[in-house]
Amino acid sequence: MAQDRAQGSASESFGTPRWVLVASLIGLLFAALGVTVLIDPHGGQNLLAAIYERLGNAAGADALRNGQGDQFFAKLLLAAIALLVGVGGIWLLFTSAATIVERFPPRIRDRIIPWVFIAPALVLLTIYLVYPAVSTVIQSFFDQKGVFTLANWASLGKGEFLEILRNNIIWLVVATAGSVGLGLLVAALFDRIRRESLAKVFIFTPLAISLVGATVIWKFVYAIQPPSEPQFGLLNAIWTAFGNKAVAWSTTFPINLPAEMLIMIWLQTGFAMVVLSAAIKGVSVEVLEAARLDGASERQIFFGIIIPLIRGSIVTVTTTVAIATLKIFDIVFSVSGGLNHDNVVAVRMFQEMFQFFNTGRAAALATILFIAVLPVMILNLRNFRRQAAM
Amino acid sequence: MAASANAVTGTKARSRFWRAPMLESLPLRLSVVVICLLWTVPTAGLLVTSFRNPQLITKTGWWDGLLNAFQPNQWTLNNYASVLSGDNMGTAFLNSLIVTIPSTVIPITIAAFAAYAFAWIPFRGRGILFIIVVALLVVPLQMALIPILKLYSGASLYGTFLGIWLAHTAFGLPLAIFLLYNFMSQLPRDLFESASIDGATAFQTFIGLVLPLSLPALGAFAIFQFLWVWNDLLVALVFLGPGKDVQVMPTALYNMIGPRGGAWHLLTAGAFLTMIVPLGVFLALQRFFVRGILAGSVK
Repeated sequence: MAQDRAQGSASESFGTPRWVLVASLIGLLFAALGVTVLIDPHGGQNLLAAIYERLGNAAGADALRNGQGDQFFAKLLLAAIALLVGVGGIWLLFTSAATIVERFPPRIRDRIIPWVFIAPALVLLTIYLVYPAVSTVIQSFFDQKGVFTLANWASLGKGEFLEILRNNIIWLVVATAGSVGLGLLVAALFDRIRRESLAKVFIFTPLAISLVGATVIWKFVYAIQPPSEPQFGLLNAIWTAFGNKAVAWSTTFPINLPAEMLIMIWLQTGFAMVVLSAAIKGVSVEVLEAARLDGASERQIFFGIIIPLIRGSIVTVTTTVAIATLKIFDIVFSVSGGLNHDNVVAVRMFQEMFQFFNTGRAAALATILFIAVLPVMILNLRNFRRQAAM
Repeated sequence: MAASANAVTGTKARSRFWRAPMLESLPLRLSVVVICLLWTVPTAGLLVTSFRNPQLITKTGWWDGLLNAFQPNQWTLNNYASVLSGDNMGTAFLNSLIVTIPSTVIPITIAAFAAYAFAWIPFRGRGILFIIVVALLVVPLQMALIPILKLYSGASLYGTFLGIWLAHTAFGLPLAIFLLYNFMSQLPRDLFESASIDGATAFQTFIGLVLPLSLPALGAFAIFQFLWVWNDLLVALVFLGPGKDVQVMPTALYNMIGPRGGAWHLLTAGAFLTMIVPLGVFLALQRFFVRGILAGSVK
């Protein structure tokens, strides 16, 4: 068998059989046709209408084109095409490109093949991240008419924008510290119980929920009714049971800030817990044993031994949570749209884009987020360099 | 602490016991239960409410519903039925699948090929290009919104599935390449040497060896990206827009919050519908996911 294969490859001099190339090229042709359907906003309806006409169902075709009839089938057809094109297309692209290059003379082939493999990634990263990053920074210095100006940046130092920046900093500090602190606490507590993995699932599961979904969950907890009506929001039901007046937790400044940040903390604590719990388990038992033999208290062991030893993981978790918190959008956007002195940079940027149509200022707001992550970027690069050097 | 003194005299063989001298003391147990309850009660309230009779939801708390669970007219499935038909949730569910599956498969494929080249095929400029990938890891996607939106309206990609796949793909690529590179570069060198002696081309080595061996890393990133795309609101709002026929689930849910702030029977059912798929994926594939976040807590 092995000998056969060796002879075969020697006589033909390239590996992947020809039919693979032919098949993937034909497949690509179909994928290109599929893309035209996908780009058309009514692609699904038009395609199904065309099929109906072929089958002699002119009435059904007309209905579809007028936005009636079997809309659901049109959607299903579109879904099928979308999945075939999206999932299959990318594989066909790589297969045909690689099999074509394999047929070049070995010296040229070996030089081209790595570029075939990285080209799609490079093209996408350039178009979607490198070019826009540069373009956004430049746009932040131009006004609506394309004239150079510093006004976008200057306006960020005034009034409501100061409030927005202040809120973002509060989010960054409180929500990050809350998530990491609680994550550490929970990881340390759960490390000592027998059903640890079961307990972790409870803390961990909110990570799977979308921020919009989480916002609905908590808005229901925060819900308020007039004093004459019974409070069905959990928090106000408890609050009024102690004789207090009901509070509009999610819409009254300044209590709305912690109310919104709690949603993020609820969601992110599980992430911090998982990483920190793995780190705590990495602390060697001998070290803990020795400390206990020396008579150290559990508190001394936790703060004096465990925390210093897992410092690296704490830093990693803190940066990751901080970057996510910095860009917070969904929660503030869905609680109130930032109307109650609770706006943040990412939400305001969206509003500048789609409500005020002030691209320059939106670009300046995005650039602020970019500047804020620059230290992390430099840190990442330095760490990577150090690893690569080893 | 007395507890730790007892532990010292205890068994040496049970290392778990050493690690945790106050194992299962009553206050510890209690606080664990309380924490788990605190984390679960908000979601439980939502779930219970979504099945309650709409008239009762604003009259009594959902906990009352549980206390009177066996009285007539407490529970209904109608909330789900009307959300699926009336609030576009049915279409949004299909759209979410159409958006999420390719937006997961495409970046993994592209990143796997690129990571393989970065890890095992020497070429000019490899070092500097990879450093650019590392730099892009933390760039906020907000930086991309304005220029890409302009490109999209020129290229009629705005509001199309193709447009949002490409956007999600590109935004996921740096992390995907970074994670897969870390994994693939750890594969043993002999493997690649014997493959090339056998006469396998780079493409065949990738398909036959690298991909199957990298399945754990591919799986971990797949779950990561799937959850991220499924739950995303911002990218969908910007590049798909508010159009009903392309709306994904988070957008549909967001649209329900505004005008229907008081319609809790619909809002709770809608919210739970958006959670079913990610929760299922998550609970079924938890182990992969944990491995993923332990490997890639950088994004």
